[in-house]
Amino acid sequence: MPTISRDEVAHLAGLARLAVTEAELDTFAGQLDDILDSVAKVNEVAAEDIPPTSHAVPLTNVFREDVVRPGLSREQALANAPATEENRFRVPRILSEEA
Amino acid sequence: MTAVAEIMDYDEVLERFDPVLGLEVHVELSTDTKMFCGCPNFFGSDPNTQVCPVCLGMPGALPVVNGKAVESAIRIGLALNCEVAEQCRFARKNYFYPDMPKNFQTSQYDEPIVFEGHLDVVLDDGETFRVGIERAHMEEDTGKSLHVGGADGRIHGAEHSLLDYNRAGVPLIEIVTKPITGAGHRAPEVARAYVTALRDLLRSMHVSDVRMDQGSLRCDANVSLSPKGSGEFGTRTETKNVNSLRSVERAVRYEMRRHAAVLASGGEIVQETRHFDESTASTSSGRPKETAEDYRYFPEPDLVPIAPSQEWVEQLRTTLPELPWQRRRRVQQDWQLSDEELRDLVNAGALDLVAATVDAGASPAEARSWWVAYLSQQANERGVDLASLPITPEQVARVVELVGEGTLTHKLARQVVDGVLAGKGDPDEVVAAEGIEVVSDDSALQSAIDEALAAQPDVADKIRGGKVQAAGAIVGAVMKATQGQADAKRVRELVLASCGQE
Ligand SMILES: [Zn+2]
Repeated sequence: MPTISRDEVAHLAGLARLAVTEAELDTFAGQLDDILDSVAKVNEVAAEDIPPTSHAVPLTNVFREDVVRPGLSREQALANAPATEENRFRVPRILSEEA
Repeated sequence: MTAVAEIMDYDEVLERFDPVLGLEVHVELSTDTKMFCGCPNFFGSDPNTQVCPVCLGMPGALPVVNGKAVESAIRIGLALNCEVAEQCRFARKNYFYPDMPKNFQTSQYDEPIVFEGHLDVVLDDGETFRVGIERAHMEEDTGKSLHVGGADGRIHGAEHSLLDYNRAGVPLIEIVTKPITGAGHRAPEVARAYVTALRDLLRSMHVSDVRMDQGSLRCDANVSLSPKGSGEFGTRTETKNVNSLRSVERAVRYEMRRHAAVLASGGEIVQETRHFDESTASTSSGRPKETAEDYRYFPEPDLVPIAPSQEWVEQLRTTLPELPWQRRRRVQQDWQLSDEELRDLVNAGALDLVAATVDAGASPAEARSWWVAYLSQQANERGVDLASLPITPEQVARVVELVGEGTLTHKLARQVVDGVLAGKGDPDEVVAAEGIEVVSDDSALQSAIDEALAAQPDVADKIRGGKVQAAGAIVGAVMKATQGQADAKRVRELVLASCGQE
């Protein structure tokens, strides 16, 4: 029976850069619990001999030749940027983190 | 800014603690295109001119794996004595940072393409230290940020940042060692020697430019201390921005001394990334280290698994070139070098240069003598690597050839090499431009001849008396005195002239 705490929800919200209110923390904690319960049921069914599946189609080794293809022009690339400077995307300063 | 950290005397660190290292090396592959799209992978282009919807993370864009990059990853694994996964997947590593437009990095998590290997590293004194390889996995590089308004382009105090995504999506292989224990006082040296060996290996395989100064090879150094004899690992820090081989050694050494001072004063090491400062050879606190859970890895749904067949892996194994250690062994045999001679050659960074000079036609002994003696000295004086000297192995081989032909004496050969180093052109151009030739050095020959004649007065008399065939004895003496570097024909002419027999 998984239980996810309010603190864990708040931590996840922080990682996902989502603003979550105090009330929402309770709501989401309950909802996420339901989801985890459902996943736990699947786990019960999954036997040792069934490998976890990540892809529905049994395909492997889909590769591309190492050959240059035309991309976007710089004008196209920067066209939708909210702000640009010196042919680069301009973004607000990043606090308390090191590149 | 924080105060300068206390550090402990290095010898005392080792009396009280055992260092444990973990090295993560990121290598940009020198493929023609990026990892998941067909944009060019070329260093130094104008900003945002090598981008497309895939590497800009635009909605609906789908990645396709670069087969050549997978090939390189497997070959690197094989060279590092690794096993190759029968099947592996890509995973999304989720975090927000402006240099990653997708808001996740496509990487590998619990299924690296190669794992469980080792690299034997030769230390400065010739001893071999085996470094275990935990894994190597495929991922993509991030874009490049330019921080505006702060000091030195650093992020502290920056007003805003400018992003160039040319590098976003460039194929990256991350090679992770197992914990390196038992290195003791040599831990910093082992770290440097490991990165050096890895660089040489990757260079010989032509899979990467391995330019630390341009960031195509980057090293993160994890350091922790374990109280002597306890066998328990301490908390580690991860030092980034280590941009040269020398810095790898210095960063490890500094962190060992800093950790020891913190621990000895009853403090705790904070698990964090630290930033190495080249100018002070110290580290400063960066961001707290995220835990793996915080990245919320999950299998990449847009890329199907990779399952290298045995045949493919074996075929790739046959494409491995002569690896640096095999080359060292062969060269030692071919050139008949002692262990010490070989070590000097390797430590001087001269092995490849000498080999290339031999390939260009010089004898191993001559090639070795030039690079290890005169040219190493020139490199030292200029404070550059031997390989950075403005002279090529072909040029050195040509100088050796000119000496062999008798066009140059050894002394003149140095003059020619100096000319090449000074940018005056190829050896032949220097010879022509400066009029350097053995014949122009008659005065040096003349004094050798005078000496030889004086030493053998009876022979000298015979020549003077018309017995020109006796000149051979004097010519032989002069050739011996000039270590065979003089032009014998010219010596003979001068001998005869000296004895009035022209
Ligand atoms: Zn692209």
